Amino acid sequence: MLQFLQQIINGLSLGSIYALVALGYTMVYGIIKLINFAHGDIYMLGAYIGYICIAYLNLPFSVALIASMVLCALIGVLIEKVAYKPLRHATRIAALITAIGVSYLLQNVTQTVMGSNVRSYPSVLSDAMIEFAGLRISHQQLYIFIITIVLMCALQYIVKFTKMGRAMRAVSVDSDAARLMGINVDRTISITFAIGSALAGAAGIMVGVYYNTINPLMGSVPGLKAFIAAVFGGIGIIPGAMLGGFAIGIIETLVIGYGSSLYKDAVVYAILILILILKPSGLLGKNRKEKV
Amino acid sequence: MRKLLNRSTLCWIALTIGVYAVIAALIHRDIINAYYQITLITIAIDIVLAVSLNLIIGVCGQFSLGHAGFMCIGAYCGAIVTKTMPNLTGLLLGLVVGIVVSALAALVVAIPTLRLKGDYLAIATLGFSEIIRIIVLNLEITNGAAGLTNIPKMTNWTIAYIAIVVSLIIIVNFGRSSSGRACISIREDEIAAEAMGINLTKYKCIAFIIGAALASVAGGLYASYFRVIKPELFNFNKSVDVLIIVVFGGIGSITGSVIAGVLLGLITLALQSFAQVRMILYAVAIVAIMIFRPEGLLGTSEFTFSGLFKRFKKGGVKHVDSNNA
Repeated sequence: MLQFLQQIINGLSLGSIYALVALGYTMVYGIIKLINFAHGDIYMLGAYIGYICIAYLNLPFSVALIASMVLCALIGVLIEKVAYKPLRHATRIAALITAIGVSYLLQNVTQTVMGSNVRSYPSVLSDAMIEFAGLRISHQQLYIFIITIVLMCALQYIVKFTKMGRAMRAVSVDSDAARLMGINVDRTISITFAIGSALAGAAGIMVGVYYNTINPLMGSVPGLKAFIAAVFGGIGIIPGAMLGGFAIGIIETLVIGYGSSLYKDAVVYAILILILILKPSGLLGKNRKEKV
Repeated sequence: MRKLLNRSTLCWIALTIGVYAVIAALIHRDIINAYYQITLITIAIDIVLAVSLNLIIGVCGQFSLGHAGFMCIGAYCGAIVTKTMPNLTGLLLGLVVGIVVSALAALVVAIPTLRLKGDYLAIATLGFSEIIRIIVLNLEITNGAAGLTNIPKMTNWTIAYIAIVVSLIIIVNFGRSSSGRACISIREDEIAAEAMGINLTKYKCIAFIIGAALASVAGGLYASYFRVIKPELFNFNKSVDVLIIVVFGGIGSITGSVIAGVLLGLITLALQSFAQVRMILYAVAIVAIMIFRPEGLLGTSEFTFSGLFKRFKKGGVKHVDSNNA
């Protein structure tokens, strides 16, 4: 039982990372129906920006976190303006292929600029352990969990109680109607990309600190898993992405703990396929009939 | 009824034999030396992969990101069989085993996932191909992450060329059969196709299985040419590489896939020493193509001799008929 609880704690910190990345996927999908394949690579860029801030510029963790969130937001908006905006009315497959292209671009540019080798992350957060009723929680895990919760609350506030949040919800329901109501749809989409990318940037720097290593291809697998988390919870639904992220994180650590770590990815993909077949709208989603 | 041996068929046969003979002569004269042969065989394998993916994406309109998984099955089946039976029969047997296994895998993948649409299908096929790779990574017979080495080298230009010709014949003829037309109607509009009485699942499965079987042939040839295979060769990036060829050539144009396969192979050769720059160029090119010319090099048009004759006769008619060859 103790080991089970310990796995749940480890799963929650991994799940926080997935949840933050999944939020970006789900917001972008909700608003322009695009699987932003490049999102995982923005998370990678977040880790690298944090690395540069901490290792080269000697900035404290909090400043590095904010810097990587801001820069990732800018990069996200830039990608949206350059690559996705011209394809607003193209087929979804064309947009998906473009997203794969952007993802390739980010990976290869990072490899060229920073080298393709694995880099070890400077340890900025103390890795002391808190012992609590036999469970071990590291300070890093605690930080990750707290930062995630704070960011999620901030996101909920923005989406639910600000004018921009209302605009985002309106555009995701019906962008044409939103435009008729005087909402600046392009600006709303850009802000959605900015928020999603900032969350991914935060996740990137935290994963760097937590796992100590980064490399230019680190974004693709967690990116996919975060997408799976978004689908699991119901894509387009913000609480769904949080739920899905934590669920996938916990499932993954349980598979590592009780099964074999070699199969951890396979289990996550299998969950994806099961969800897509049994309840494609996700756990919190509602089924919608397709209209001709 | 049309005569089987009409003018355009004869032209095709002449072209097929001509291309083969010219390249075989160049290899014989050592103008295409061992170094260039690597590129030649890579191009041949890429063409088989690209046309088979084009059948799934271009003809049937089902967006699959799992092509590397089927290639992986073919490569491992081919390698395991040829290692115990290092002769031409072994290679053929290996290819057949690969075709059967990957067709079965494709059926297992297809029946549940092909109900999904567009990007959901893409993600599901990606998931399946990763599962295939992880299974291969953990099996004993496939030797885990280290992969298989010392696979007997059997693939040469003749075998690779036969593979291209056979897969082109299969795919082009499938595209013009009644099943192929059913697939095209599914691509154009699923709901309308279903309303016309087309069994969506059946035709999607057929296209998917043929595509998977041909991908496994490409995998088998790969294994018996490069002699070393590892699970990491068949990851998501391999699927994307094939997708790039299909997109460059034009989704739905088999001619386009062939031309793009050759062109990209040559570009890769030319930029051999700048691998990183090449990947950046490819990435920029994908985005640029999707924005400025989403139909690719050739769109959905095909090169046919009958179209060529018509153009000569009428003196510059712009459209190329894809229904008569």
